Amino acid sequence: MTISLEAKNLSRQFGPNFAVKDVTFNLKRGEVLGFLGPNGAGKSTTMRMLTGNLAPTDGSVKIGPFDIIEEPKKAKSLIGYLPEVRPLYKELTVDEFLTIAARFHNVASKNIKSSVDNAKQRCGLTHMSKRLIENLSNGYQQRVGIAQAIIHNPEIVILDEPTVGLDPIQIREIRKLIKEIGKNHSVILSTHILPEVEMVCDRVQIINQGSLVFHGSIEDLKQQRIGNKLQVGLSKAPSMKELSSIEYIVKVEKIENNLFRFYFKKTVDAEKLATLCAKNKWGLFHIAPDVTSLEDIFAQLTMLGN
Amino acid sequence: MIFNIVRKELKSIFASPMGWIILALLMFGFGTQYLSGMDNYFQVMSGAIRPAERVGVTIFVGGQIYGNAAFLMSFAIPILTMKLISEERRGMTLPFLFSAPISITEIVVGKFLGLLIFLSILVIYIFIMLATMNIWADIDFGYLLANSFGLILLISSFVALGTFFSSLTSQPIISAVLSFIALIALMMAGRYYASAPDHWFNHISLLRHYQSFSKGIIESADIVYFLLFTLTFLLLTIRRLDSDRLRG
Repeated sequence: MTISLEAKNLSRQFGPNFAVKDVTFNLKRGEVLGFLGPNGAGKSTTMRMLTGNLAPTDGSVKIGPFDIIEEPKKAKSLIGYLPEVRPLYKELTVDEFLTIAARFHNVASKNIKSSVDNAKQRCGLTHMSKRLIENLSNGYQQRVGIAQAIIHNPEIVILDEPTVGLDPIQIREIRKLIKEIGKNHSVILSTHILPEVEMVCDRVQIINQGSLVFHGSIEDLKQQRIGNKLQVGLSKAPSMKELSSIEYIVKVEKIENNLFRFYFKKTVDAEKLATLCAKNKWGLFHIAPDVTSLEDIFAQLTMLGN
Repeated sequence: MIFNIVRKELKSIFASPMGWIILALLMFGFGTQYLSGMDNYFQVMSGAIRPAERVGVTIFVGGQIYGNAAFLMSFAIPILTMKLISEERRGMTLPFLFSAPISITEIVVGKFLGLLIFLSILVIYIFIMLATMNIWADIDFGYLLANSFGLILLISSFVALGTFFSSLTSQPIISAVLSFIALIALMMAGRYYASAPDHWFNHISLLRHYQSFSKGIIESADIVYFLLFTLTFLLLTIRRLDSDRLRG
């Protein structure tokens, strides 16, 4: 697969402090990469460097074949960027604003109308064309922000916290939109909301205090999350000793009265355990995967960095 | 690419009432002066007996209007330039420009040209207004052209200075006040050493360089002065925006 963005040893210093330190990663074509981290971790700083809004102290960014410092114009024409604070000219209408955005990104004048229409249609803005941006609701303004980022059909779309400050319904719509965009473009998405990453991203990168602490596929993250545990409820449970002596079980913990946590040696085999419980008449009334919340994993990973 | 920025600037000037109001007010001001200038001309000239006191109608009315235009512009231009970069900074819209495939130089020059074109409407209007005197008098078009040219150079210096102050702060009002003070100071610079006309301080006065145009003289030294002035402030603005990118 071709690589559409490559960041190498990216660092940024503000005075003596490193906001981003030695971050290296790449983005494959057609991939949605989630950039995850607590507030102030360096997500926005990284994105500003990727889009040429901020010069890195050290390291390089390559967009397709172009270096963002050496050939900024060519590199920038491949990116669509929505910063954390959406850059909208509120005195203009949606159409006027998107037309300007298309012109700025070198869309040929005969294609401007069609690309504006296309972007509006993809972001569900068609019926808002003649409205002043100022008068749009928060969610619609965010859509205009996304529309200006995809108007020139860029190879890479970079969205900085696109769902912040929206209500749950709007969030759901924006996520759907991002998923849809991910089909045709490579997307980098920053957020501090974990389920969001799980829902829309193919790959995750967790950044904390300016350094990458985790990167891998969503599956890897989920693996960490589910692990090898089962929650089991037994109404007529035998002694703990007896439970721990089951051959494929490493350890049993008591959660509440009749609720236990079973740690399996290798993979979780619920069927085997259920059969055993039934055979011994332990009164099995509940069996479920024991999920560590994503928040816990996130806390673990970011704590490790500290 | 510069052309697109120019278009965007013109669009946003005309999208808000501010542009129209300033245009209307200034035109009203110039129109009133034109009217009263014509009135006064006959009164003053009928009293002027000696030939040396007599001047043509072009110089009498035009001189007044072009002279006052410099002062009116020093009020109006800071209000217009404060929007150029300050307002973008405050509205956090600069990343929109910086992430597009446009260089900082193109952004600054585009914004400058956009406003200059907007203000040229006024220069053209004044020219047409004064040219109407040709219906009943034989007016000096050379004088009008020299003054129009001088006024455009003066405006471009004002706009460049205002753009620079606009790039310094995210408070549009502060940038307007700063550029207003700077403009007034530069206009007045000639007054402090009025007794020594060749003092270097006189040479930095914007008004002094403008004055030779208002006599109908196009002097290369003045042209160079205005061009250098404009260029300097545009370069400073570019540097300032570039340092945003470097220092964050």
